[in-house]
Amino acid sequence: MSQDTARVEQAALETDRESNPVVALMRTSVGRNAGLVVALLLICVVGAITAGDRFSSTDNALTILRLAATIGVVSIGMTFVIIGGGIDLSVGAIVALSSVWCTTVSTQTMAADTHWSVMVLVALGVGAGCGLINGLLIAYGNIVPFIMTLAMLASARGLAEIISDKKTQILGAGGADVSGFKEFFNREILGVDVQIWVFVLVAALGWVLLNRTTFGRRTVAVGGNPEAARLAGINVKRHTVYLYVLVGVCAGIAALLLVAKTTTGTSTHGNLYELDAIAAVVIGGTLLTGGRGTIVGTVLGVLIFQTLTNIFVLNNRSFSEQQLFKGAIIVAAVLLQQRLASRSST
Amino acid sequence: MTTTPTPQPLLQMTGIIKEFPGVRALDGVDLDVRAGEVHCLLGQNGAGKSTLIKVLSGFHQPDEGTITWDGQETAFSTPAKAIEHGVATIYQELDLVPHLDVTENVFLGHEISRAGFTQRGRAHQRVRGLLQRLGHPEISPTRIVGELSPASQQIVSMARALSHDTRLLVLDEPSAVLDQEGVKNLFRVIRDLTEEGVAVVYISHRLEEIREIGHRITVLKDGRTVSTGLAVADTPTAELIKLMTGRSIEYVFPPRTETPRDSREPVLEVRDLSLAGVFTGVDLTVRAGEIVGLAGLVGAGRSEIIETVYGARRASSGEVHIDGKRVRRGSVTASVRAGMGLAPEERKSQGLLLDEAVFKNITVSSMSRFARLGFLDRGEERRRSAELTASLDVRPDGVTRAVRTLSGGNQQKIVLARWLLRDCRVLLLDEPTRGVDVGARSEIYQLIRSLADRGVAVVVVSSEIEEVLGLADRVLVVREGEVVHESAAAEIDEAKVLDLVMEGKVPA
Repeated sequence: MSQDTARVEQAALETDRESNPVVALMRTSVGRNAGLVVALLLICVVGAITAGDRFSSTDNALTILRLAATIGVVSIGMTFVIIGGGIDLSVGAIVALSSVWCTTVSTQTMAADTHWSVMVLVALGVGAGCGLINGLLIAYGNIVPFIMTLAMLASARGLAEIISDKKTQILGAGGADVSGFKEFFNREILGVDVQIWVFVLVAALGWVLLNRTTFGRRTVAVGGNPEAARLAGINVKRHTVYLYVLVGVCAGIAALLLVAKTTTGTSTHGNLYELDAIAAVVIGGTLLTGGRGTIVGTVLGVLIFQTLTNIFVLNNRSFSEQQLFKGAIIVAAVLLQQRLASRSST
Repeated sequence: MTTTPTPQPLLQMTGIIKEFPGVRALDGVDLDVRAGEVHCLLGQNGAGKSTLIKVLSGFHQPDEGTITWDGQETAFSTPAKAIEHGVATIYQELDLVPHLDVTENVFLGHEISRAGFTQRGRAHQRVRGLLQRLGHPEISPTRIVGELSPASQQIVSMARALSHDTRLLVLDEPSAVLDQEGVKNLFRVIRDLTEEGVAVVYISHRLEEIREIGHRITVLKDGRTVSTGLAVADTPTAELIKLMTGRSIEYVFPPRTETPRDSREPVLEVRDLSLAGVFTGVDLTVRAGEIVGLAGLVGAGRSEIIETVYGARRASSGEVHIDGKRVRRGSVTASVRAGMGLAPEERKSQGLLLDEAVFKNITVSSMSRFARLGFLDRGEERRRSAELTASLDVRPDGVTRAVRTLSGGNQQKIVLARWLLRDCRVLLLDEPTRGVDVGARSEIYQLIRSLADRGVAVVVVSSEIEEVLGLADRVLVVREGEVVHESAAAEIDEAKVLDLVMEGKVPA
């Protein structure tokens, strides 16, 4: 190898190295996640100081996790879509439609004879169906994801209002036996709610899917460099469809959690979930341009937001103040992310 | 060419070096431009022309080297600084705001205003004057730029350049969007400007244009100045092409395998392949163990041909067969499944996931082999990748490092390793040594030959005629979307290929 080549490589290596060890660490995903853990711990310290025992109790921790579960499941799906180079604004509306559709099923008299698992299948099916429509029109209709899912946001919630006649549907109002459903989702396993277990399970499956399977590898390739992925033989369009179906199914799961928790299905469920999910994903270090992101980061992002909310509530601060603070955190996180990104690429 | 340029250099660049991670885009470029001359910049794609322009217009800062402007050493630290000095650049991709009107575009960033209010009347009047001077008074200052033809948009760009006090005008392939009449007008404008003492740096692939408008020529190759200050009048076209495509160093090409080609099975058969408006009626047969080269000038349709064979572009007609089986049209996935592989021209943007690990880039096309029920065996992936990188002598080794940190030659080896891993039957290589350091090229040639010796059918596209002739067993010459010649590489020499690619392009 010529000296020239060696010199170029040396230069490349040097740009890869970072003099500041903190910045160097923060550029790795492990480092970024460690930073998020530190942030979460600091927030917990603030919680402990301002709210004392009301904050630092097992019960409160479970409350935070229970509230985090629904939005957390959606955020896991959103992580995949964003790493894959897309975005889904319709998750909240899909949650609403799924919740309405599956409670409608539970209110039919004919449902009296069927098992509650039908409700589960309906919720997941509605989510997958909406995702399929999103995915097909984005991949094969060449509609930009932002616009397509914005349209789905409007339509899905509209359909939810039509089906429910804008009324809140009580679970099993028609006489169907839904006690099994309620029991299942509100049970505790090892002292922890099933709701939380569902979140843990979805996050774990998401991690495995992203890091250990061909699906995850393709997602990163498609989001990181779609042209290179295509020329390498990956069916980019088909994969894009899968990603939107995946996030749709996650929205369906979130709908089930909500229905179980509130025992209702309504067209107002899941309001603004898309924004909370995107915020959690972004805080978690996933690049909005695609190609890079972690499940652990997203989970930490969800927990950070939920813990903050909890502290605000315990201190009797208003929802408006929460929102204000949330916005500031998003901006700060993105600014930090951009600084790190601009150092790593030339 | 009646004007005699003054010998005083307006701009002098010496020893300009610009490095990006993994590649040295400029490796010692010298350029001197005199007031009142048209200085032509020649070079193949990837020779460093665009990077040089960006250094000149303040977008990039050189790592080494000096820029002397009007006798004083200067740094063009920002685009604004360069404009201030009087350097105006018209890029190939015009940088206009499509939804604004002509006047707004011309004065973008230096609006004529008083107390914060734009003075539209005065601005329109000045724009009218500029357009008049550019020979296009018919363009209305209030037209929305996006509605104008590309040629007219270029005029608007020029008007913008002239709205500043321009002393050096850089034109990057300005004739690409123009018809004959437009080119004539462009030349008239350039002549007017040079008579006023403005210096012009003119970039074009069209040698006949350079002959018509240029005074002196600088040829770039592999980020270096091959030749500078050549007088246009004294330099034959053939020599220019040789400078651009030729090699500064002699390369050792691996010996060809002595097998009568008809004795082997045809692997790739392309029949009457066409892509509307780009190329027509391409027939191509490549046998196992054979390397076929496509020679031709940039824009002749070489890359488009192999991209269409690969299914990355959808053919308008024709068929592609591998081992006698027809491959579905316009589907890369089907082509890869049938046993094809492509090393694309733009390695970084089309070939690699730069931020991902080496092993992930290698296994990306054969993931299912490492997966059981979708779960990847990462240990096995790394092990196989490490074997390949070791056998290809990728340096530095280590399959978990990001591909971005490798040099061009080693990145190319990663792309080849990807297809080696798949045991592909047909390998399509587009400019396989572009951006590859001089030292690593012979290695790439050896590698390509050894692939062929294993029975792979190889198609190589290259702008370097010597490379095609040295590497390939058989050569196809492409001109303006048509294969105009086919023969064994041994039966044709450089001069003949030059004649063929230039035919009809250069007035005898």
